Amino acid sequence: MSEPTTTAANLHSAPEPPRILIENFDAWYGDFQALRNVGARIAAHQVTALIGPSGCGKSTLLKWINRMNDLVPSAHSQGTLRIGDLNILAPTTDVVALRRVVGMVFQKPNPFPKSIYDNVAFGPRLHFKISQTDMDELVEWSLRKAALWDEVKDRLRKPALSLSGGQQQRLCIARTIAIGPEVLLMDEPCSALDPASTAKIEDLIYELRAHYTILIVTHNMQQASRCSDHTLFFLQGNVVESGPTEELFTRPKLKQTEDYVTGKYG
Amino acid sequence: MNRRLPIPNALQSKRYRATGSARRSERVVVALLMTCALGTVALSVLIVLMLLWESWSFFSSEHVSMTQFLFGIRWTALEVREVDKVEFGIWPLLSGTLRVTGIAMLIAWPMGLITAIYLSEFASNRVRRILKPSLEILAGIPTVVFGYFAVLLISPGLQWFSPSFDTFNATSAGIAVGILCLPLVCSLAEDALSAVPTSLREAVYSLGGTRMNTALSVVVPSALSGVISAMLLAFSRALGETMVVALAAGTLATFTLDPRQQSQTMTGFIVEMLKSDLEYGTVQYYSLFGVALALFVITFGMTLLGQLIRRRYREVYQ
Repeated sequence: MSEPTTTAANLHSAPEPPRILIENFDAWYGDFQALRNVGARIAAHQVTALIGPSGCGKSTLLKWINRMNDLVPSAHSQGTLRIGDLNILAPTTDVVALRRVVGMVFQKPNPFPKSIYDNVAFGPRLHFKISQTDMDELVEWSLRKAALWDEVKDRLRKPALSLSGGQQQRLCIARTIAIGPEVLLMDEPCSALDPASTAKIEDLIYELRAHYTILIVTHNMQQASRCSDHTLFFLQGNVVESGPTEELFTRPKLKQTEDYVTGKYG
Repeated sequence: MNRRLPIPNALQSKRYRATGSARRSERVVVALLMTCALGTVALSVLIVLMLLWESWSFFSSEHVSMTQFLFGIRWTALEVREVDKVEFGIWPLLSGTLRVTGIAMLIAWPMGLITAIYLSEFASNRVRRILKPSLEILAGIPTVVFGYFAVLLISPGLQWFSPSFDTFNATSAGIAVGILCLPLVCSLAEDALSAVPTSLREAVYSLGGTRMNTALSVVVPSALSGVISAMLLAFSRALGETMVVALAAGTLATFTLDPRQQSQTMTGFIVEMLKSDLEYGTVQYYSLFGVALALFVITFGMTLLGQLIRRRYREVYQ
């Protein structure tokens, strides 16, 4: 297996691996302020878990990192949000180039109603000029990386919607990494899956961090403690505590954090 | 929780309504609904039976041969009085219908689909609020107005463009029928496109796709069955359109590919025959039922085709 090469030159040739810098970040939906004065440094090649009660703004932050919030007319924000030296929020930032670097996996598996192969090849067809042989190689690499190859290699031309929910979600991960992103945003990727499929995805996330910087939103405390290195705890639009996952779960500094991670909250 | 919360009276006495009357009235309502549903089916069956019965009077006549009807290229039911000299070949009427419908679909399909894509994928809410009602107004215009529009505006326009156009011709009728079918294609196709889950659009955007990528590579293919059935429905609508062609397509049954000539359509012939002074009971008169039956078979076939395509291309979302 070889890594596919991409050409987002300024990001890939940066001297140090990209990490995400968030400073004084505020975000609104209309008049409602969803995030206030958020600050965080997301380290490269680590899994960072975003936890907190519903409505605390974790998904909002995720959707600003790849500018998915551009689709929401009422969404606006201010502050600093950077990947490496790329200013995510600048109006001049090319969102297509940004999304080549920042991939996203959604809450509910959302494969296209196309074949398994075409799902994985969809992104590469948009972004790369490559031969059929290279495409086949890339599709196989992505599916292997997403731990799905062995289950689908004999039926690549079958519709993706014929797969089980867990397989569909791994297909979505394969589709995302097929364009060679550096950062993966995962918005509760296991919330629609059964425990066995969840375990597979968690193992996968754990392995993927060797090559990707991963941010995962989760409501599942076990999941956060099992597969993340670093945790940000959100409360009412604020990051109230952050730190290495083990520390935050075993020796939280704040009472609210302790209540939340031990399940007493609410 | 407050453990001393008193139990409300209603839950203490539990005086339930009798269930018998509810079940009885439910049975009455279901019977009523079923009668209405069966009535609709019975009406349709009755109309088809009448059509078959009346057209039998035509097809069983000694002056009519099935081979001539299906393959003949001359139709003289309105012109010739002597019954043994009349030629009943459906092709002039059928080709007239197909010419008008073909021209109409050349307008309605692409414009309807493009408008639908624009409305569902690109237009801002404000534009949509203006455009959609305008299309609905277009759909509410009486077809006779489209007929006059064709005769008074489109035909002179075409003749200005090229004098070779007849005053009454297939092109002007086709254009008017196309405009008439446009809102139908557009609104049905837009329904199909809007029904594609937002999660698929998000997936394309998150992969760095543009709106155009989203519309053409994911939304339209995902909604293909709905889009195709919108097109087929418009096709059937155009085949059966009567008023516009009666006014604008002319009264000469011509077997040709030339869209500039007069083109009596199947529906146009039926109208002319009903208006003509030919007596009820003549073979020529009954020929209108033969034509109506042929039209019915074609539109029924289109409906079946639409069902098949729907089943074949339907995408199932969870």
